Amino acid sequence: MSGDTEGLQARTRLKGALASLEPRYVWEVGEKAVRAVLFLAAAFAIVMAIAIGLSLLGPTVSFFGKVSPLEFFGGTIWSPDIPVGGSVQFGVLPLMVGTLLVAGASSAIGLPLGFGAAIYLREYAPGRVREIVKPVLEILAGIPTVVLGFFALLVVSPFLQSWFGASFFSGANAIVVIGIMIVPIVSSLSEDALTAVPTDLRDGALALGATRFEATTRVVVPAGLSGIGASFLLAFSRAVGETMVVLIAAGQHIRLHFNIFDQMTTMSGFIAKRATGDVPSGTPVYDALFAVGFTLFVMTLLLNLTSNRLRSHFREEYE
Amino acid sequence: MARRLFFLKAEKPAQPPETVSAELIPPTPSVVSISDAAIESRNLSVFYGAKAAIRAVSLQMSRRQTTAIIGPSGCGKSTYLRAINRMNDTIKGCRTEGELLVDGEDVYGPNVDPVLLRRKVGLIFQKPNPFPKSIYENVAFGVRIHYRVTDEELDGVVESALRQADLWDEVSDRLGDGALSLSGGQQQRLCIARALAIEPDFLLMDEPCSALDPIATARIEDLMFELKKDMTIIIVTHNMQQAARVADYTAFLYLGRLVEYNRTRDLFERPHEELTENYITGRFG
Amino acid sequence: MKLRSLRLRKAIEVTFVAVFLISIVVALGTLAMLLGSVVSTALPYLRTEVVVNYASAVNPLQAGYAAAIVGTLWVVGLTLLFSIPLGVAAGVYLEEYAPRSRLTRFLEAGVANLAGVPSVVFGLLGLALFVRILRDITGGPTVLAGALTMTILVFPYVVITTQEAVRAVPASLREGALALGATKWQAIRGQVLPAGAPGLLTAVILAASRAMGETAPLIVIGATFFQSYLPSDPRSFFVALPVQIYGYVGLPRQDFLDLNRNGILDPGEPLLASGGWPGVAAAGIVILLVILFAFNIVAMVARNRMQRRRL
Repeated sequence: MSGDTEGLQARTRLKGALASLEPRYVWEVGEKAVRAVLFLAAAFAIVMAIAIGLSLLGPTVSFFGKVSPLEFFGGTIWSPDIPVGGSVQFGVLPLMVGTLLVAGASSAIGLPLGFGAAIYLREYAPGRVREIVKPVLEILAGIPTVVLGFFALLVVSPFLQSWFGASFFSGANAIVVIGIMIVPIVSSLSEDALTAVPTDLRDGALALGATRFEATTRVVVPAGLSGIGASFLLAFSRAVGETMVVLIAAGQHIRLHFNIFDQMTTMSGFIAKRATGDVPSGTPVYDALFAVGFTLFVMTLLLNLTSNRLRSHFREEYE
Repeated sequence: MARRLFFLKAEKPAQPPETVSAELIPPTPSVVSISDAAIESRNLSVFYGAKAAIRAVSLQMSRRQTTAIIGPSGCGKSTYLRAINRMNDTIKGCRTEGELLVDGEDVYGPNVDPVLLRRKVGLIFQKPNPFPKSIYENVAFGVRIHYRVTDEELDGVVESALRQADLWDEVSDRLGDGALSLSGGQQQRLCIARALAIEPDFLLMDEPCSALDPIATARIEDLMFELKKDMTIIIVTHNMQQAARVADYTAFLYLGRLVEYNRTRDLFERPHEELTENYITGRFG
Repeated sequence: MKLRSLRLRKAIEVTFVAVFLISIVVALGTLAMLLGSVVSTALPYLRTEVVVNYASAVNPLQAGYAAAIVGTLWVVGLTLLFSIPLGVAAGVYLEEYAPRSRLTRFLEAGVANLAGVPSVVFGLLGLALFVRILRDITGGPTVLAGALTMTILVFPYVVITTQEAVRAVPASLREGALALGATKWQAIRGQVLPAGAPGLLTAVILAASRAMGETAPLIVIGATFFQSYLPSDPRSFFVALPVQIYGYVGLPRQDFLDLNRNGILDPGEPLLASGGWPGVAAAGIVILLVILFAFNIVAMVARNRMQRRRL
């Protein structure tokens, strides 16, 4: 380390000496060039977001030229390949309902589990328990979704079949697995939110004779609510976008219904299923893929923006 | 008495004060004893890990009087205060030895639950820490936790506590406003009201005015004289003038040990220990 | 006013803590079940054949992942090649150069939102942009198209991790270099980046892990499922490990779909009864998890050593 500093000093002195010989603007140009390059890299993010929007937009616009938005958003039959009642149908409601049902039900499982885990880890867990549980939750978060889908079919499906009379492929398979999948997200982000609440609030509650549970639930959690809410939205958004688990375990039938124990498809599941193999550009099905993808993109974007809004609001209060 | 402190000049010590003073800690502190003490500590020691924050402090505090604990930063006065309502329990790695009797019962004994203890012994923090809720809900918090109350009863308790804390007139028309919209001094009085709402017998105050301006400080000191009629007050302060103004008894702590404890007047005018005199006259601290 | 029973308050606390603890047990137990069931299903198939053979849709005993493993290495390698310089550069810019302006906040928001886009949407982007529009450059649904798609997917994570790594470098290091007369870039290159190297390594590992495990984007852009040759250059068609696994998982499905439709399938009948394809799939999962695990362990060890040397 000290070697670095000496070397830096020597080089800097040398460069400083050289600088008096070189025209000043060369240095500034060099620095400016570096800065410009780095800025472009950052701008890449915006460029990419725009690229996503545009590339999705093209076929989407083409799609809505052929199919009215009313039919798309209001239609209850989705059958882009096989004519039903005389023509192919592009009502996205079955997919939308499937997405919301799967995401909603898995959130109903994962959000409480994750939140409870966060409270336990923050307030009650002895140090050794935390040291083991947190890395293991990280591992759970890192499991590729194709593996989770396989697990859904291998273990969850037979269980649901015998206990609930579910069919082999069912929405419930995905719901259970996605519910567990989002636990680490909720747990980690909620824990951060709880930690960010100043300790003197908690101490104030304890000094008034509250139990740790009362202090946590009546003071710390309400104080951290926007941060916790942000974590909930983020987890829900993740569940909305999940593809492989649904693709593998939830089934193929695209029908508008609410029975989670029967086959279901979500928007993302449909895209992944239908996009395999060759779909010629310009066909209605190709455009439909992008229309659905665009809808999905907008949905998750809105969820994420709201989550970020909540998180900024939370940060303003406590940082 | 306050005037006298200003007239005493600080003499330049021959050696760095810390080393001189440390040797002056008496093995047996000068302590006045009090009959029928409301709070009594016997050889109380508190350790953070291996380090002792306070060591073998024994003293008795008089009922319905104000006792001040003074001393330089880091001498353990806050630790001692928090030992009384067992707030040190919330700190990981904190160990307490010895006895601390509140109304004759050792609060570190096996049958005492800190939750109930803290209903009897309130604590006001150095920096006001109202909850991010409404003024009403702040005061009502303790009541809701410990009692089943009707709305009317609660309204009455909240008003009474705010009056006792000398805050009612300023907030009575806006009880639903957020507590954080109040000024620093008002927030601290709100915290006092919050503590008073559950009718403690003891009020611990940890440098309650150090974050406040002189006017707000004076208001709280006046408040303390009123509250003394109903409860026993222990105040930690680094401000000797404040101790001289409000306290009936004063304890001087240094490096975790009790040096001297006496009626305030006697401690400041006729200190028994050289260390005490050094501190009072400003030679260190 | 009646006093609330302390026993009741404590009982409430204990009950909820038990529920919270159960939450953790459920999550961890599921993970254990997952790993256990996968490994036990894979056991009969964990032989060298499964790594060395090409894929087979006909005979599970001869099925392997050779093409998939190489395909994954190609895609991940190219993805890292593209995304690390780009992501680190962007992260360094945002953390070191960017003024606190609306534009900066816009950029950071853009990065954050990119991170939240579902992976399948990146697949559509890749399909439209890299496979169709830029077909002449990429050659269609090839390794290159896959790597470019994954680069975009992985980019925000690299940026955010780099920002955190740079932020963690103490200001004194930076200021010390500047005080000696170094330019801003010299200070960054000479002091800040080396000091933040452990964090940057984390960024690399994060990017690699994601690139290895994501399936949906590759499926959508057109990775093949059963390929019996190794990709030889960036413009080859390819199959990747997770895609191959999905392929094997999909094989018995058709059988099960038929069975299900005819109502022959016994509820509770395990997937295992379909002739071994699940075992092949599970073996692939084991390979994937082992590679991921090894990557992360190596990274952790390397990071610890880096941090120790710094002290």
